[in-house]
Amino acid sequence: MGEFDLMTGLYVFVLAALAGREVITKVPPTLHTPLMSGANAISGIAIVGAIVVAAKAEGALQVTLGVIAIAMATINVIGGFMVTDRMLAMFKKR
Amino acid sequence: MDTIIQLTYLLSAILFVVGLKRLQSPATARKGNSLAALAMLLAVIATVLDTQILDWTWILVGVVLGGVIGGTAARLVEMTAMPELVGIFNAFGGGASALVAIAEFLATPGVGASTTGVTILLGTLIGSVTFTGSFIAFAKLQGLITGNPITFPLQNIFNALLFLAAISLGAMTLGVFGSGDPQTLFYVFCGLALILGVLLVIPIGGADMPVVVSLLNSYSGLAASAAGFVIGNTVLIISGALVGASGLILTQLMCKGMNRSLANVAFGGFGGTAGVDRSEIGQRPVQSADAEGVAAELGYVNSVVVVPGYGLAVAQSQHELRKVGDLLEERGVDVKYAIHPVAGRMPGHMNVLLAEADVSYDKLYDLDEINDDFGNTDVVLVVGANDVVNPAARDPQSVITGMPILDVDRARRVIVMKRSLSPGFAGIDNDLFYMDKTLMFFGDAKESMAELVREVRELA
Repeated sequence: MGEFDLMTGLYVFVLAALAGREVITKVPPTLHTPLMSGANAISGIAIVGAIVVAAKAEGALQVTLGVIAIAMATINVIGGFMVTDRMLAMFKKR
Repeated sequence: MDTIIQLTYLLSAILFVVGLKRLQSPATARKGNSLAALAMLLAVIATVLDTQILDWTWILVGVVLGGVIGGTAARLVEMTAMPELVGIFNAFGGGASALVAIAEFLATPGVGASTTGVTILLGTLIGSVTFTGSFIAFAKLQGLITGNPITFPLQNIFNALLFLAAISLGAMTLGVFGSGDPQTLFYVFCGLALILGVLLVIPIGGADMPVVVSLLNSYSGLAASAAGFVIGNTVLIISGALVGASGLILTQLMCKGMNRSLANVAFGGFGGTAGVDRSEIGQRPVQSADAEGVAAELGYVNSVVVVPGYGLAVAQSQHELRKVGDLLEERGVDVKYAIHPVAGRMPGHMNVLLAEADVSYDKLYDLDEINDDFGNTDVVLVVGANDVVNPAARDPQSVITGMPILDVDRARRVIVMKRSLSPGFAGIDNDLFYMDKTLMFFGDAKESMAELVREVRELA
């Protein structure tokens, strides 16, 4: 990842949250459940962190934690995107 | 190579935002979700390229295990059980973020009072609270534990002390003060964080779940962001921030839908039956009707507005409801659906149920869109809803005063499908049931609705 600077990280965090607020405020109530489960799937981005820690894990404990983290994040990602897709496929206009 | 990886992360972040933007309309939402999934894939690919992975075995074990479990759950879940599924997925997201922070702590002995140390503790705390809190929310929704608030004396003070204890332990772990083995202190810190998650959710009652689920959703985003700070990964920070913002917006909307502050929802122990005088409830006379009578009321008018509530989800009678709607439309009745923001157990719960039953989404109206129309509506059919149509909200003395309600009592005729006269979550009686214009259609929503389908079909 190269040099990581805390202040830069904070800027990124705040600006991303503001961008998110602008975009998400306009999501209509009828899509709030898919929004929530879709956002839920996105929070599975922790999979990235899980891969990083699993790759450099040393010893049984760290490896175990890493694998559990990957499994949990994958459940979140795969399950979240799939169920959101299933829901959104049902929203039809007749 | 490093530049390509960084640009891939950037593309991933852009796609997350664009994907969420597409959720602004039901017509583009499905593509939006796919874009977000693509963004996730790109982020994972970039990470794999960026990380020296010596042994793939365990990583693949984790991915396959998670993929099978997540995929199966996503395919098999009933739409009525969406709140439970989102709750449990949320727990896993939070748990994963916490584990990332924990593993990083173990991999960095003697982290001390550094920014890394602080972010590790923050990630562990938020992730753990999300993990156990979401599990409790899941258990409440699933009925594994009571949906009523679980309270004990001095609960809020106890929780505050526990939180302070966790903060102090965190400071000791980083060696700010005191002495002791950092690793042991850290484990106790983790334990306290897990307990805090449980304690924060148990006092919150079933119908307040839309707020809790939204808030935990926000936390899972914040936990991911914190994990991003821990390992120094921008795409984690960005996507976590997006989820955090999304959850917070939904939390605010849900609180507004009940006219209560977040603090009141979180610490108020509201709802259930504790401390409410129920002796008066259900003692007054009502007019009731059978399926045939209700069909006759619905079949010969110009406009019907259906108000679904959590009872519809419990009875899983959304398909029968749609059939009633279709039959009425064939008879030339204008049928609309009015959705209260906190109807059900999660934001948008009713919309998903009706979408599953093939109700066109342009027939679903929000509270603001439809409230002025009730005065011109012939019949309102309330299905398994209670507090959200309780006129007591206009009474300054009521516990639900100021809560925005659907003004169904302004319609010419109100039909309420309900199991009994028992009160809703707020634990208070509903004057709507006793009005002259109201007909009560008692019974299990699934059977009653099936009967209603038959009776409407038989109308001349």
